Parts: sequence; C-alpha cells; structure tokens
Amino acid sequence: MRTIGIMNRVLKELFRDKRTLALMFIAPILIMLLMSVIFNTNSSTDVSIGTVAVSHKLNKQMADIKHVTVKTYDTKTTAKKALKNEKIDAIVKKNGSNYSLTYANTDSTKTATVKMAFKNALTATSVNQLKSALKKSTQATVKLQAQLQAVQRQQAAAKTTSNAMMATKSTSQKTPKITNHYVYGDKDTGYFAKMLPILMGFFVFFFVFLISGMALLKERTSGTLDRLLATPVKRSSIVFGYMLSYGVLAILQTVLIVLVTVWMLGIEVVGNMLSVIVINLILALVALAFGILLSTFANSEFQMMQFIPLVIVPQIFFSGIIPLDSMAAWVKDISYIIPIKYAGDAVTDIIMRGTSIWQLGFDIGILLIFLVVLTVLNIVGLKRYRKV
Amino acid sequence: MGEPMIDLQHLAKDFGKQTVLKDINLTVNPGEIVGLIGPSGAGKSTVIKVTLGMEVTSGGSAKVFGTTMPNRELLGRIGYMAQTDALYDALSGQENLKFYGLMKGINRKEIDEQVAYVANVVDLTKDLNKRVSGYSGGMMRRLSLAIALLGKPDLLILDEPTVGIDPALRRQIWAELGRIRDEGRSILITTHVMDEAELCGRVALLLDGKVMAFDAPAILEQQYQVKTIEEVFLKAEGVE
Repeated sequence: MRTIGIMNRVLKELFRDKRTLALMFIAPILIMLLMSVIFNTNSSTDVSIGTVAVSHKLNKQMADIKHVTVKTYDTKTTAKKALKNEKIDAIVKKNGSNYSLTYANTDSTKTATVKMAFKNALTATSVNQLKSALKKSTQATVKLQAQLQAVQRQQAAAKTTSNAMMATKSTSQKTPKITNHYVYGDKDTGYFAKMLPILMGFFVFFFVFLISGMALLKERTSGTLDRLLATPVKRSSIVFGYMLSYGVLAILQTVLIVLVTVWMLGIEVVGNMLSVIVINLILALVALAFGILLSTFANSEFQMMQFIPLVIVPQIFFSGIIPLDSMAAWVKDISYIIPIKYAGDAVTDIIMRGTSIWQLGFDIGILLIFLVVLTVLNIVGLKRYRKV
Repeated sequence: MGEPMIDLQHLAKDFGKQTVLKDINLTVNPGEIVGLIGPSGAGKSTVIKVTLGMEVTSGGSAKVFGTTMPNRELLGRIGYMAQTDALYDALSGQENLKFYGLMKGINRKEIDEQVAYVANVVDLTKDLNKRVSGYSGGMMRRLSLAIALLGKPDLLILDEPTVGIDPALRRQIWAELGRIRDEGRSILITTHVMDEAELCGRVALLLDGKVMAFDAPAILEQQYQVKTIEEVFLKAEGVE
C-alpha cells in the first residue's frame, strides 16, 4: 500500500520534471543517431592502398573501385614508412601466391573498405584468370578437358600420378591465402552494430543511476526522508517504491531506445525484443539500487556527479565495447564485477545471435545477485536515518 | 494524570566521541504542552530524534506511550514537524498532504476530510492546488505544520513550528495547539520565541546536554527571581 503510494509520488515528481524527462528520453536517441551517423556513413571514405610486389592486373582492379587509390611501392620498408606517415591506409604485399595485408586500423571503416576492395579485386582477377584458363582448355583436346574435370573432382583427395602437371596448374587458381595484420587494435574494433546492444544498456544504467541517486539525495538533504521515516513506513517500502517507479521509467526508456534503433537506424534484432526489455529492466533496477546506495555517500548533487568518472566511466571500459579478449588477464578479471558487462553480453546474444532469454540464465542470474545484494544493502543502510 | 506520553529518564546520547546529551529527564503528560528551550547546539534536535527513534539512546531510557523507542508502529500516533520544511516541491499542497497522510496510515476514506481540516487550521485551503515550489516561506512552514497535524496524532513533536509565520497566524496556530491540549493530546515543542514559551504548561531549559530546569513558566520565573522566561533563559545561560 505505502509502496504504491511512494511509487505514485516518485512518478508524479518525475513526470513533472520535464527537463529530466527529456534528458532520459531524448538524449539517448540523439546520441545514438549521432553515433550511427558518425560510425556508419563514412563507409564511403577515400582510402589509399599501398601495394608491394602485386600483379599489375590486381593493382588496376583495385584502383578501379570507387574511393580507392593505389600506390605501388618497391619494398615493404618504404610502404611501411608511408603507412606510418598516414600517406596510405593499408599495405598489400604478395608473398608467392599468398597475400599479406597490413592495416593502419586507426579507423575501422577504412579497414573495412580496404578489406572489401581487396577481396573484390582479387575475385575479379581470379575470375579473369579462370576465364583465360578456360579459353586455353577449350583449345585443348576433349580428352584433356575430361581429364581436367576428373582432376578437379579428385583434387580434394590429392591424387596425383599422371595428372600431376594439371594439378599444379589448378592449385595456382585456388584462392590465395590472405593474412591480415593490424597496426592498431584487431578485427573487432569499432562498428556501431556491435556497440549498440551495450550502448543501450549503458544509457539505461547511466540515466537511472544518476537520476535516482539525485532523487534520493534530494530526499535526504531536503529533510523529506527524515520526515518519511518519522511515519510508520517500512524502510523496505521506500526502497521498493523507488524500484517500482524507476522500473516503470526504465521500461519506457528501453522500449523507446529499442524502437528508435530498430526503425530509425535499421538495426536488425534477431532475437526477441521483449527479452531485450526484460534484461534492460533488470539492469535498470541494479542501476537504481546502485544509485541509491552511492547517494548515501554524497552530500550534494555535485558530489553525486563525482561518481560519474569513478563509477560510470570504468563501466564503459569493461562493458565489452572495447574487446575484453585483447586485455591482460588481470584487467579482464575486473569486468566480472561490472553489471553492464552481463547485460551487454546478454543483449548482444539476443540482438545479434537470436539467443532465447532462457539460455541466458548465467548473465541474468549474476544481474539478479547484484540486485538482491544492493537492495538488501539499501534497506539496511536506511537504518542510518531511523533505527527501526 | 495517567501514564506520561513521553518519558525520558537519564537519557544520554553520544555520537562517537562527542557527547551531546548527558542526563535528560523529561516527561510529557497527556493534555500538556511542554516547551523545550535552549541555545543552539544544546541538543534540542537530538532529544527529538531519540524520542522519535531515529537515534538510539547511549544510556538511560526513552519511552513513548509507555513503550521503549525505537518502535516503528508507534510513529503512526506521533505528528512530527522538523526544522526544515521537508516538502516535495514538484507536488501541490494537496498532494503533499495526501502522500504523508497515506504514509501515516490514514484510511483512504478519511484522508480527504483530514486534508481539508488541517488545511483550514493553517489557512491554506485556497492554495492547496498550487505547487509547493510556488509557495512563500511562510506558506511552506504552514503546510509542514498541517502535515504534522494529519491524522489527529496523540502526540505532536514540533521543532520550531512558528519560524517565518506572521503574528496573526501564529496566534491562530497556538489557539489550535491549545485545542489539541484540551482534547487530552500532548505537544512537545522547541522554540526560540520566548513569549511562546510562556504559553507552555511546562518549560524544560536545555543547556550543555542537561535539563537545567523543568517546571511551569511562572514557577521558573519565581525560582530565578525574574519576570519573564527570556530572563530565566539568559540568567541560566549566564550562570553556566
């Protein structure tokens, strides 16, 4: 009864604070739109590729692709120098029949463009090669043709004997092995699509943490908390009242963010959207409990803001936006105590792989443990203000 | 007179190394207004906090309605008004009253009637639908008092209730407090306004964590051989 009363009151206060409401609902959309524009539309950036010992044909094929310029270098050293001086974005080097690609990778979209251009050019060249090979073979006898077919069929079994000569010919037509090297980062760096599921959780966490923390801080500094505790209300009712009201808010916020990302940004959600909302709701409640807990250590709004670099920013680092695999083991271990990591993992699985929510028991379980522990701490913590 | 509403015996309270209350003996009987006066920092607010059960005693006993505090259920029978107004700015006066009424456990059916009654006492009826953020300082103080009066509590604990309230309204409020006393309910009030202290049944003079004197204003004046409580206050403080 009283819990509902507190929920109603908190909601009423929230919905009258138009600016805060706008912050919660419009700011995430604005930032996401901006990010999608910044991270996605520059796929048409101009890239220049340095090549070393690459066939003339392949060079030409690559240069013909839009937004791509090709510079040829005699040695790898000169090419590397150019890469370092940011004259070129990547180096393509041919080693025998294989290719070695080195990317500056400071800009993931450029890396992607280079990869795409190289692949396309390579396919085009090999198609040409195939064509000429086909011409040659049509000139050969029918018997030879049949032999060639037989060879191609048996190629997997690597049978040799009398067809050895033909076999070597066809291996040169096999797709060459491509090795990728990155000067900075790895193939997982960047991409809005990968960031999105984590970003969503981050926005929910950040705004609920900050606003709920501020709200409780205000209750404390304005004396309303004392006065509330001077009524027979249970401490748990206060905490649960806050949870319910911010839960409602988190649901609205998540629905909005999901709708915006799906419809406006055209991100594909493979899994169930309801599951995404459920995970974000749990995360919001963790954020709420966290915000309330930390607000007891702050004496003013400004001190509450000081938790942002201490609490919020590290969450971004370990949330999975930056690939955790590339971190040292001990740094990686820190991520186990970061709630956003679990929500991010779960939502990524749902959005990108279509995992069912029932298979995400581990992530959800950990989030629930966070929630229960923080909630209990909050209820006990309110004893500071009233001894029963 | 029956059992005292508030019964503090040899009450002591320290926060870490700092001793705030040393030896407080204070009783509030049914149908009595007790004034708590003393200089700033004497421990008046701490006495109130212990009485409400927000703090526990470090020594001695604190009983309200015959039950040792802290006790959550008893808080429903106490009307409390703090020094700060403690109102929700974004809500209207009416919504503030209703919310606190609900928290106090007042029946939903009675709430509207109660709200109308207390609003009338503090003369806020016509401003009830305004947001508190648009209230003047005095209006906020009155709303805060109205919240304390909600639910006809047996015991009122008022921490400087009349600060920022104009003389006409102050008189009106004291008339209401008199009516409450006549109904057999009790009031513990802290004040800095000495002519208000004269209106109390008994006055406790709090100094240096102890109750220096506790009696009817007239008797105290006689004891200190002065004419007003103000002089009693000054003399007691000067003696220390």
